[in-house]
Amino acid sequence: MTKIPSGWSRRNFLRGALATGTLVLPGSSVLIGCATSGGGQEQTEGKVSDDNPLAVPVDQPIEIYIFKGGFGDDYATQIHEPMYKKRYPKAEIKHKAEVDIAGALQSRFVAGNPPDFVNDSGDGVIPLGQLVDDKQLYDLTDLLDAPSWDDPNVKVRDTMIPAAIEEGTFGQTPYVLNMAMTIYGLWYNKTLFDKNSWAPPTTWAEMTELCKEIKAAGIAPWTYPGVHARYMTWPLLTMAAKLAGEQVLIDIDNLKENAWKHEALKESAAALAGLKTSGYILEGTEGMDHIQAQGAWSAGKAAFVPCGSWLESEQSDATPKEGFEFAYLPEPALSEDGALPKETLRAAPGEPYIVPAAAKNPRGGLEYMRIMLSKEGAQGFTKELSSLTVVKGAADGLELSPGLVSAQEALGKADDNVINWRYQTWYATMWNPGINAHMGDLLAGRTKVDEFLDACEGEAKKVRDDDSITKYER
Amino acid sequence: MSTDVSIRNSVPRRPTSKAGPALQHGKVRFVVAFLALPVGLYALFVLSPYVQAIYISMTDWTGLTGDQTFLGLDNYVRLAGDGQFLIALRNNGILLVVVPALTVLLGLFFASMLNVGRRGRSGIEGVRGSKVYRVVYFFPMVLSVSIVGVLFKYVFAPTEAGGVFNGILRGIGLESLTAPWLGDPAFAFWIVVLVMVWSFVGFYVVLFSAAMQSIPKEIYEAALLDGATRFHTFRHVTMPLVWDTVQVGWVYMAIQAMDAFALVHIMLGIGGGPSRDGDVLGLALYRSAFNDYRFGYASAIGVVLLLLTLVVSAVFLRAARRERVELS
Repeated sequence: MTKIPSGWSRRNFLRGALATGTLVLPGSSVLIGCATSGGGQEQTEGKVSDDNPLAVPVDQPIEIYIFKGGFGDDYATQIHEPMYKKRYPKAEIKHKAEVDIAGALQSRFVAGNPPDFVNDSGDGVIPLGQLVDDKQLYDLTDLLDAPSWDDPNVKVRDTMIPAAIEEGTFGQTPYVLNMAMTIYGLWYNKTLFDKNSWAPPTTWAEMTELCKEIKAAGIAPWTYPGVHARYMTWPLLTMAAKLAGEQVLIDIDNLKENAWKHEALKESAAALAGLKTSGYILEGTEGMDHIQAQGAWSAGKAAFVPCGSWLESEQSDATPKEGFEFAYLPEPALSEDGALPKETLRAAPGEPYIVPAAAKNPRGGLEYMRIMLSKEGAQGFTKELSSLTVVKGAADGLELSPGLVSAQEALGKADDNVINWRYQTWYATMWNPGINAHMGDLLAGRTKVDEFLDACEGEAKKVRDDDSITKYER
Repeated sequence: MSTDVSIRNSVPRRPTSKAGPALQHGKVRFVVAFLALPVGLYALFVLSPYVQAIYISMTDWTGLTGDQTFLGLDNYVRLAGDGQFLIALRNNGILLVVVPALTVLLGLFFASMLNVGRRGRSGIEGVRGSKVYRVVYFFPMVLSVSIVGVLFKYVFAPTEAGGVFNGILRGIGLESLTAPWLGDPAFAFWIVVLVMVWSFVGFYVVLFSAAMQSIPKEIYEAALLDGATRFHTFRHVTMPLVWDTVQVGWVYMAIQAMDAFALVHIMLGIGGGPSRDGDVLGLALYRSAFNDYRFGYASAIGVVLLLLTLVVSAVFLRAARRERVELS
């Protein structure tokens, strides 16, 4: 294997091609220059002081890319950018809102002139694991060790929930700031449940009992995005972990052999597959996407839907004005005496923000993150986007929407029993489209539990055996 | 004088590389001057991407950095063992055969109905209302692929999500036939095939119509007098005379059908639909490039697609070659 020098610039190539009017055949490295070569840009840095612990170059511009999807970009232009501008009046803020982050920035990463701060999210997300592999991200250690915005005696690191730092760390180095705190579980309409005096179930036995009642009332007990059946891997893993403990998840993350064939996963998968065989899933669910399935749920055709806490804002247009109150419940426990308490739930830091390693003003990028993690920045985030954040206690005293209140209450009850897993971020394509398709097959009744787990194990094996994928461990 | 000329004509032509008559002077430079720019641009923007893609397909380029490692044919070896790639290849094969076949058949049928379907008082003419149909058939062609995709995604949606097709089935008392069409691997890909044919057929009706209108009416009259049936006229008069057009349409459509990326992406999703059974090469390429960030691997898929398209066009052109019928 030969390493190709990257010194060929596009300009040289064009000049050469134009001069000769023809092209050299493949095999020589002359051609590579065009699409695949990088350059670089000079980085600026200011001076460290008490007011400026991150050495931000106070008069240098900062270029900010925000993903303009469900969250919009108002929270950046209305809250965080003005805070930056106020502290550094001489710095110009170049704000860009983008729907397709990869489309806009991929070539800039290649060329070595990426912006200073990127909200790497949405359909066009550039996989974080890949960016880390390619050494494209700036180390956030300095940010975490810097004094926090509000209190110089407290480090930024200590204002965040530990899971958030863990989620952004690849190997030993923190590279990603995940700002939003997403709570995963099942969602239901409290008004509907109260009217029928249905109690949210805490165990799977109660769940199946209730499903019978709900079905008798002419409503389908469950629906899920059939085309994106991966949403159902969240209950699958959460319920398995509640039954057998966190080690199940750790083994999955570490791609341990036969991790997917654990007895607890078998039981959990059987429970979910049972929903289909008992006729508890809304008819045609397997052919619906998330908009259709959640729409049917909002319209009262189904009682439960699995999702993260973004559901409330995602469904804001589809939610009936009356007779609807968003409520959350953690996935029921498969057994009365599982390894983790019934209140256990999955909460995951999400919505990633990064500073590219080759940015012109990376210190400015770090400072922008420090601003987001300030009390004011985090509260603004929560208020503007009705999403909790990874900043400790930032939502205290804020008025939240019903669904968020309900989720936050559950989070309080869960106390320290908050779980999460990492394979989805580390090996994104193993989860989707890999396991996504198998989950769809299982829930549509096309495969049996054992076949399903074999197929998932197969996906893990594919990643395990592929030397070109960097492996992580926890 | 005249002898001079005849002598000059009988003298073998001198090679042009030597100094020739006044008009020959500087001819090479003249041609080069005119061709250099277009050929240069063509090389730069058309040929060079191909060549680069071939080179990239032999590297492990991630698409995010400036450097890459040369792997030789490793990516191609991996392709051969990639089950999902083989599914995509199979589906492209189906598209290649089924879509042009159905479209040509339907297109020829509709076009002949519109142009020579009726035996009216003034000889052969189109069926009643053919002027209206001619416009209506062309409608799908005016819609962009993404609109067609979204439209049919809703047509074939499950009943509870407002699926139009299931609604019609229920309406005519065939409720037992309703299904979550796009959520079932037995149907999903075939529905895409149907939609593709639907969106192609209008164009070919117009194309074949144009060809049929250039057939002289006398030929049909003669056939009519000889007592030829509709089928016979179609088989022995219409078909041979529009064969050239069919051939061109066939090749064009085969290449068009090799794509299918947009329709499959919109209707079945990025993973290739339920059980990932509706995958096509274009989608596999897109996923490798923009989900996995393996541009090397994606380029390898692209090169395979390129080769396949070239082979297909060559084979189709050859197979469809037939003696030309001269009208005059």
